[in-house]
Amino acid sequence: MNDYKYKHVKDLPTTHLLGAGTPMCAGCGGLEVVKEIYDLIGENTVFINAAGCMTLLAVYPFTPFRGSWLYTAMASAPAGAQGVRDALDILLKKGRIKPEEDLEAVVLTGDGAAYGMGLSSTSAAIDRNLDFIYICYDNEGYGNTGQQASAASPLGARTATSKGPHGFSGHKKDLFAIWAANRPAYVATVTGAEPMDLACKIEKAGRIAGPRLIIALAPCPTGWDFDPKETVAIGKLAVKTGIWPLKEYMDGKVTHTVIPRRRPPVEEYLKRQGRFSHLFSSQSNDALLQEIQGQVDAYWEGID
Amino acid sequence: MKRVLMTGNSAAAWGARLAGADYVPAFPITPQTEIIETLALWIDTGVMDCRMVTLESEHSMITAAGAAAATGVRVFTATSSQGLLYGMEMIYTVAGWRVPFVMVNVSRGLSSPITLEPDHNDILAARDSGFLQIHCATCQEVLDGILIAYRLAEHERVRLPVIVNLDGFYLSFTREPVEIPDAGAVSRFLPPFDPENIRFRARTPLSEAVAVLGGTLYSYFRYEIHLAALNAVQVFNEIAADYTSVFGRTYETVESYRTDDAELVFVMMGSFATKAKAAVDMLRQAGLAVGLLRPILLRPFPLDQIRRVLAGKKGVAVVDQNLSMGKGGVLHTEVASALHGQPDAPTVLTSFIGGLGGRDISAEEFYEMASITGKAVIEGLTPPPRLLLTELELAEIRKLQAIAQKKRKDKQG
Repeated sequence: MNDYKYKHVKDLPTTHLLGAGTPMCAGCGGLEVVKEIYDLIGENTVFINAAGCMTLLAVYPFTPFRGSWLYTAMASAPAGAQGVRDALDILLKKGRIKPEEDLEAVVLTGDGAAYGMGLSSTSAAIDRNLDFIYICYDNEGYGNTGQQASAASPLGARTATSKGPHGFSGHKKDLFAIWAANRPAYVATVTGAEPMDLACKIEKAGRIAGPRLIIALAPCPTGWDFDPKETVAIGKLAVKTGIWPLKEYMDGKVTHTVIPRRRPPVEEYLKRQGRFSHLFSSQSNDALLQEIQGQVDAYWEGID
Repeated sequence: MKRVLMTGNSAAAWGARLAGADYVPAFPITPQTEIIETLALWIDTGVMDCRMVTLESEHSMITAAGAAAATGVRVFTATSSQGLLYGMEMIYTVAGWRVPFVMVNVSRGLSSPITLEPDHNDILAARDSGFLQIHCATCQEVLDGILIAYRLAEHERVRLPVIVNLDGFYLSFTREPVEIPDAGAVSRFLPPFDPENIRFRARTPLSEAVAVLGGTLYSYFRYEIHLAALNAVQVFNEIAADYTSVFGRTYETVESYRTDDAELVFVMMGSFATKAKAAVDMLRQAGLAVGLLRPILLRPFPLDQIRRVLAGKKGVAVVDQNLSMGKGGVLHTEVASALHGQPDAPTVLTSFIGGLGGRDISAEEFYEMASITGKAVIEGLTPPPRLLLTELELAEIRKLQAIAQKKRKDKQG
């Protein structure tokens, strides 16, 4: 990545473009990532949003964005990006707008839309090789409605619809693999607590055309039950423990951009979050803890 | 101007072509598919300077249509039946975006049971969405209706999407002589799309469709849509007058056929109204003073015109090609609300349901409906709504069921 702009933290933009005073919760990991990305991709963008927490960024008649915004519905934000991109291409081709009036179409959705209802429209946008950026802030549940379990919820997590002694019984869906299997131009995982890794990936995505999809782990103080000041620490632990692998897909190849050599046990990540507290208060959940660690170990086996 | 035989679907494609649509987000569904196939061929052979993209669903198709219109291009799309319902969330949503584009719906009965032939439950499901609705009875009206629809949608006092409706099979696949307007004349009638202040551009940021909190703002925006839709009655009349001056054909918000001296009037929408028209002529020959009123514009509802045409009539028979389960005919309810409390309103307003899933309505049935309505006028008693189905048809159904039962028993041995 030698020819890339962002090598040190001091290289990151110092002008912050997203306005303050949004109604997001204190310590929102989703907003953290949107802020970081917005500084990098700038205001010549139209954010095409699906139903989720971030829908409340723009509440009439105010917006924190310097650029444009279009709220669609929960399932079809990528189709909204298709309409905008196609229209801009038509206008450019017919000479009805100048090249400097062009915009980047950026889809912004939560995991509820990305992993579930919106997967069909995302897959189809990749089929059509749509030139767009997709940002999924993944807070591992239907956050805006009170953290019900979604297809992104991890094993064992307590959610509003899995409050039993063992938490959520399903497994987090591998959206990265699903998206990558469609062979888009670029797929990456990021998290706001690793801004350098994020900046390099966004810069890379900005230099190519086609579908570029980013999944951002978004620690959620209200949904995951932790103190807002812990957001960054929890994001870092997600990476260090190996729970949230930072990687990218390009030209048919998956590369891990951060390989945690000495991974602390997953407990260090889990025990800082109320949603996993039942795993530590009862020995009956020891097997579940082992299963989570086992899955992480199995994932990293052979990756170097 | 040339006059050629073409299907309703072909006329729809011609409408989009002559309107100079820039963008066609598409999704195939019977009986609409011929429209997008025709446009695709014109685009691929360079006849039309337009981009077509096949989306993966009608929900996405309508999203893309709205988003493209919000970016400032002229958009055309088409769907039918299940597709319209699959996209219904976005039908309501894009109407709220106030984006002017035109969508053709080729009416087809809704599931269940799944079927292919027409009735109007699909299009009426979109009645309250904010889309305006133009209902066609001929292939010529389909073509003309699309050109008028663009002017209406894009008008500064309206700025709402418009659905142009035609009936599956009866219009979509039926060839009729259609006059194709000259492209030069069309450009005099329909200037290039001016997106005004709704368009996404760098350096002129725009927030579209942002959330509102609380009922006051919500009511404000919903009322704005309603008031814009109401404006569309007057605007339609202005545009129709322009249409007449350029192309010679006359359109009103309603078609009134032999209503002036009529005592009884049928009210019907769509291509099946042409059956009523033929019945009116036959009944007139038999000495009955009968006429037909056909709303062309359903949204906005042409309240004044309907009141004016029906004022002083003795009886009105509304024939609904739709069924609101547990209530009855939708158009009957609409007409009743228009007439109630009017000083010279007809005393009898009968209701008939027919033509569901493309079931024919025979001349005899029109005579019967006229007779029932005439009798009600004399007796001063309005009969309950009738569901059209003959004894012979019922006997045929019973026969089929008996055969199926017999086969099952034989198999079970």
